Amino acid sequence: MSKPRLVLIGNGMAGVRTVEELLKIKPDHYDITIFGAEPHPNYNRILLSPVLAGEMQIKDIILNELDWYAANNITLHTGKEVVRIDRVKRKVIAADGLEVPYDRLLIATGSTPFMLPIPGNDLPGVIGYRDIKDTDEMIATAARHKHAVVIGGGLLGLEAANGLKLRGMDVTVVHLGPWLLERQLDEVAGQMLQKSLEDKGLKFLLSTQTEALIQGESGRVAAVRFKGGMQIPADLVVMAAGIRPNYALAEAAGIYCNRGVVVNDTMQTYDPKIYAVGECVSHRGIAYGLVAPLFEQAKVAANHLAGYGIGRYTGSVTSTKLKVTGIDLFSAGNFMGGEGTEEIVLNDPYGGVYKKLVLKENKLVGGVMYGDTADGPWYFQLLKDQRDIHDIRDSLIFGQSLVGDVGHAGNSKAADMPDSAEVCGCNGVTKGCIVKAIKEKGLFTLDEVKKHTKAASSCGSCAGLVEQILASTIGGAYTPAALDSKPVCGCTDHSHKVVREAIFKEHLTRKEAVFEILNWKTPNGCDKCRPAINYYLISSWPHEAKDDAQSRFINERAHANIQKDGTYSVVPRMWGGLTTPAELRAIADAAEKYNVPTVKVTGGQRIDLLGVKKEDLPAMWADLNAAGMVSGHAYGKSIRTVKTCVGAEHCRFGTQLAMDMGVKLEKMLFDMYAPHKVKLAVSGCPRNCAEAGIKDVGVIGVDSGYELYIGGNGGIKTEVAQFLCKVKSDEEVMEYAGAFLQLYREEGWYLERTCHYLDRVGLDYVKGRILEDEEGRKAYYFRLLDSLKDARDPWQTSREAEPIKQFIPIKLEA
Amino acid sequence: MNWKLICKLDDIPQLGSRVVQRATGGDIAVFRTADDEVFAMHDKCPHKGGPLSQGIVHGRRVTCPLHGWNIGLDDGHAVAPDIGRCDTFKVKVEHGDVYLAV
Repeated sequence: MSKPRLVLIGNGMAGVRTVEELLKIKPDHYDITIFGAEPHPNYNRILLSPVLAGEMQIKDIILNELDWYAANNITLHTGKEVVRIDRVKRKVIAADGLEVPYDRLLIATGSTPFMLPIPGNDLPGVIGYRDIKDTDEMIATAARHKHAVVIGGGLLGLEAANGLKLRGMDVTVVHLGPWLLERQLDEVAGQMLQKSLEDKGLKFLLSTQTEALIQGESGRVAAVRFKGGMQIPADLVVMAAGIRPNYALAEAAGIYCNRGVVVNDTMQTYDPKIYAVGECVSHRGIAYGLVAPLFEQAKVAANHLAGYGIGRYTGSVTSTKLKVTGIDLFSAGNFMGGEGTEEIVLNDPYGGVYKKLVLKENKLVGGVMYGDTADGPWYFQLLKDQRDIHDIRDSLIFGQSLVGDVGHAGNSKAADMPDSAEVCGCNGVTKGCIVKAIKEKGLFTLDEVKKHTKAASSCGSCAGLVEQILASTIGGAYTPAALDSKPVCGCTDHSHKVVREAIFKEHLTRKEAVFEILNWKTPNGCDKCRPAINYYLISSWPHEAKDDAQSRFINERAHANIQKDGTYSVVPRMWGGLTTPAELRAIADAAEKYNVPTVKVTGGQRIDLLGVKKEDLPAMWADLNAAGMVSGHAYGKSIRTVKTCVGAEHCRFGTQLAMDMGVKLEKMLFDMYAPHKVKLAVSGCPRNCAEAGIKDVGVIGVDSGYELYIGGNGGIKTEVAQFLCKVKSDEEVMEYAGAFLQLYREEGWYLERTCHYLDRVGLDYVKGRILEDEEGRKAYYFRLLDSLKDARDPWQTSREAEPIKQFIPIKLEA
Repeated sequence: MNWKLICKLDDIPQLGSRVVQRATGGDIAVFRTADDEVFAMHDKCPHKGGPLSQGIVHGRRVTCPLHGWNIGLDDGHAVAPDIGRCDTFKVKVEHGDVYLAV
């Protein structure tokens, strides 16, 4: 049986990206034919400006070599324009008469520069700025002529002007608006930009309307005349006054168009067999001209072309970066402000730095940055995530490094970093490696950079910095994914949020059901998604969903921590950090009996036996169990320890029985699995010797009861726990702490610590669920206790389970 | 070829593995996929020597427990962009018995 035929009109970034996405998720599904009006394979149009400026060559900006088309069995017609679509016979007709039938058609015809309707706009020497041909013509003209006039002070116009200036021309930018880039910048930033461009030698005529282009004796353009009569010489006129979507072809075929090919949220036109993406499209009344939204569209279109039918494109928030070397500006969202908004402004005209953030109801809605844009991607992420910023508002304007990214303080100006600077300390990746990979492999997303360079793939603390490098390397092509729409892993396009909700709503109890219902792309997931799904299943449906050992990381399968040499470490639980001489004797005996090379006291107030062979684990557990000890879960995404101080039991300052409270909490939470590890601490007085301020749940005894703190973290990025409430009794501590942990267990995404969960949902939300809704709190608490009612020591369970094969090696006789 | 009977197929969990200890030459990891295919290779990740037998098995790959490299079970090659290779061994299943060629 022959395959269905897909025809793509337009061999540009949006169309070809759609084909790439399609090949990724459903290779070999279609016979693909691509028509391109230009004689080149797909290239990165965004990088024409660096080519014009002489910083890159055409060969550097090719995205898909001809080999790529051949390797994917794609029939490519370059330099061949499609002139007609016959929707009845389902075929396209090219200018030379070639006819190609289709089952699905993808229109990605892009846009053309808007040529001002003024006399002389068709003279030789008057061009738009769109493709390689225009760029070549500008480069050729710059070599022979002197005077250039760029009409339009937008992004494209300024990049063209900068390039022509660098090529030695005398350039004047004519702009109708009151300041440059008035759609991307406010007036202050616009003026700062103008000043630095003037320092580079560009000239500007603002609020100026062009009336006519005058022909010279040679036949080509010789001058530009403005309203009011002023005239300046011009051997080259570049029209950069906007773009017009190319939808004439679609419209002639009777497809509904309205200043663009009108598509729905699945990128489908009014003809269900015809899809459209890119600059030619009008989606919810908006035609996008930046690459990031086009890539989002491509992803959605590909999914529907593949027949999966998942994903909708609901519009994009865009950000802007100007690619003129030496000038840093960034803007996003609603940067002009307006009713109900507040502004935080930092203005240092002498230092050439200007930042404005626009806030609405404690959320970032827009911003402009000039001179120092290193934090642009971070702000943009906050904006897209709709993160409540009230807690960091004081230092927000100073950027991410001042908000507590301790690992990289003073190191966040990505653009200024030398290539030799180490970005990822875990994997030893330098900025140079990352930039090289981005350029050579054509990477566009953080995930791609992680995969290819390993940067930010271990502890992840440098992810922000990597994103900044990505943004400064590829400019406007950079797309940070919104947090709650980031796919779980490469096996799916679905986010943690979608997977969690599906498991709960559809009452899924087996991983196979999740894979089937959510159209997993791999037969049985991977090391990223399987542990997440397993956790979601057992936490959503306790006692019902069966725990799948093979979906757990080895530590949780072996109930011990794997070490670098393949041995394991064993940590018996010491409730609240308390032990007895008998327990210590049993530990000492076990350490000697199994030749444990290292015995260490941990930060969680217990003892770690390191260097145990896997095959010795069951016997060692049996010995420890016999002495009354159980697993300390030092290996799991689970309750770890409840650290305590000696409290009022002994301490002369103690106000509450901290040890007793700690033991009760630890017993309540025994064997509790969570999205990530969970640590608690109880201090008997505000001197806080148990360091409750950096725990997931911190309890501090005061004279009249206890203060509860949540979301602390002493890890990569130290987070101080936030005050939740004050309670009177031990029972209340258990109820409030238990309810909060259950909320986190039900809503947290896998590998999200409580501090990240709190960041995402906001403290007010948690207060609403735990403090203001008594019934709700009791229900959470009840569900926690219910899911832990059958808790059993995993050491005992796994050594009694028959047979305990995973611990026994097969001996092969010689 | 010297085929040695090592265990029953059911002695290896699906999407799991067993370790075969040799007198010399190092341990061998024997894997079983969801489709009951069985593969064997050196129990030593080409990256930093991690015990691959302890990793999570998915599709025809195993993820090393130490630093997350993915190794193809059928050819022992590290999955791009990582580069490295692990020696593989021939293995066959007959009437529910697993044989390893050593």
